[in-house]
Amino acid sequence: MSVLTYIESKDYKAKKNSFEVISYARALADQLSTDLVILCFNIKNINELSNYGPDKILNINNDELSQFNVQKYAEAISKASSKLSVSHIIIGGSTDCKYLAPSLSVKTNSTYISNVVSLPSSLTPFTLRRSTFSNKAFSDVIIKNEKIIIGICNNSFGLIEKKSSPEILNLEINIPESTINQESIELSSGSISIADADIVVSAGRGLKGPENWGMIEELAKILGAATACSKPVSDMGWRPHSEHVGQTGKPVATNLYIAIGISGAIQHLAGVSSSKVKVVINSDPDAPFFKAADYGIIGDAFDIVPKLNEKLKSFKAVNN
Amino acid sequence: MKILVCISCVPDTTSKINFIENDTTFDTNGIQFVINPNDEFGLTRAMWIKEMDNSTVDTINVGLENTEPILKKTLAIGADKAIRINEKPTDGFRVAKLISDYISNNNYDLIIAGRESIDYNGTMVPGIISEILNINFITNCVGLEIDGNKITAKREIEGGTEILSCNLPAIIGGQKGLVEESDLKIPNMRGIMQARQKPLEIIETENDEIGTEIIKFYKPKEKEEIKMIDSENLDELVEIFNKNAKVI
Repeated sequence: MSVLTYIESKDYKAKKNSFEVISYARALADQLSTDLVILCFNIKNINELSNYGPDKILNINNDELSQFNVQKYAEAISKASSKLSVSHIIIGGSTDCKYLAPSLSVKTNSTYISNVVSLPSSLTPFTLRRSTFSNKAFSDVIIKNEKIIIGICNNSFGLIEKKSSPEILNLEINIPESTINQESIELSSGSISIADADIVVSAGRGLKGPENWGMIEELAKILGAATACSKPVSDMGWRPHSEHVGQTGKPVATNLYIAIGISGAIQHLAGVSSSKVKVVINSDPDAPFFKAADYGIIGDAFDIVPKLNEKLKSFKAVNN
Repeated sequence: MKILVCISCVPDTTSKINFIENDTTFDTNGIQFVINPNDEFGLTRAMWIKEMDNSTVDTINVGLENTEPILKKTLAIGADKAIRINEKPTDGFRVAKLISDYISNNNYDLIIAGRESIDYNGTMVPGIISEILNINFITNCVGLEIDGNKITAKREIEGGTEILSCNLPAIIGGQKGLVEESDLKIPNMRGIMQARQKPLEIIETENDEIGTEIIKFYKPKEKEEIKMIDSENLDELVEIFNKNAKVI
């Protein structure tokens, strides 16, 4: 019984978070003393995947899989896993992975565990730790089924490089017609999505109005960051819902989270708690966010952010 | 049309989460339970459909007697009937299976659930129901239109949205945006009085093996003391971005 990891692709390349997913899957396969198979769709250059230690790679080139479709993807992964006699399927924590995993679990008679943050602490019983209560807590869960789908949280495991020379598999898989049709797709151009970002620059009501976001967008651009916002800001329509970070919005697990003019309601703090370094800029020294952050600056965002932008620009000019 | 809205009963979003009995049990002391926000958007959306075409809207929850106030609230908001499957929910697959059994005996056209519950965040129930019943499933819905036998849903994806369509019967996973928060229906006095006459059906379950078990909870590590930086000394922050966060 092998470990299979399904990794997502975009524009014929593995998505960035894939390497963490493969690293986790390799470590799990080692723990189980078994093989690791990577499954991916329509990737042009699979060489970079072998930096993280797969034993085999199955790259299915099929136009039917060029666009995400929950039914086609779940069916393809399910068929591949049954042909390869797979016991454990490892996937990432993206919106698409969370969409297909429940279907996949029924198709493969597996138990799906989402938001997993570490390798199993025990193999018998199989015990995983996952994030729960919208990042306000963790739980250890025993899974009785021998077939398990593990969805890992972004940025919870890290990368482990391990060069290998994988066997390249060829497998014919029939993709069924789907009864769900994509009518159109609208991607916001140019900006980085919160899910893909290493850095998120987030701002709140302290900015006083949507017209003041220019300096936030500039800071994000300098850092190569995604922009986000607090709930009141999206509720008031200053920024789109898709930028709302927190318990009922998006969770953020980045290397750096910068909160500007956000006081730090408990729901917001829960949503960002998995970020590695948190920096808060707020004029109110009593803002609850100061208790949940790593670094803080008390002061006026309208004074600090433009100055910080200039300093970052000169730093980059000298160092890059 | 017959609509079923799946309701999870969760701690209010402002809740502080604590555990008791050697960290094996969630401490409900002082916790206010509410309709899971992702489900609540769907419930209001269902009410709008009902107002348009006279659909019937039922609500369903898997839970013990203590979740009944939440189901009664859905009746007061305008649901026609509430169903409580009398079992403590501990496993996403089990909950989805119990709801699927009810649906297959009662033929619904549209089932609305939430993207995920905000307590256990399993993101499992609607997807598993769709697969068990072999019906269409669209999640992360931030918009839903119905035209005869066809639904068109706007789905939030990474970096944008997509429009998906499929035929009924179908199940969707809703979230904020399906309706705006300011549009959420709240019970009025007339609704509360009417709710007392509406049926609340209780379904007993048969024991079955449950595939997962939570053995222990943990709270996140206490945060180390924050380091304050003088607003006149932003070079220090630039250095932190460089050395500690390693992002520039």
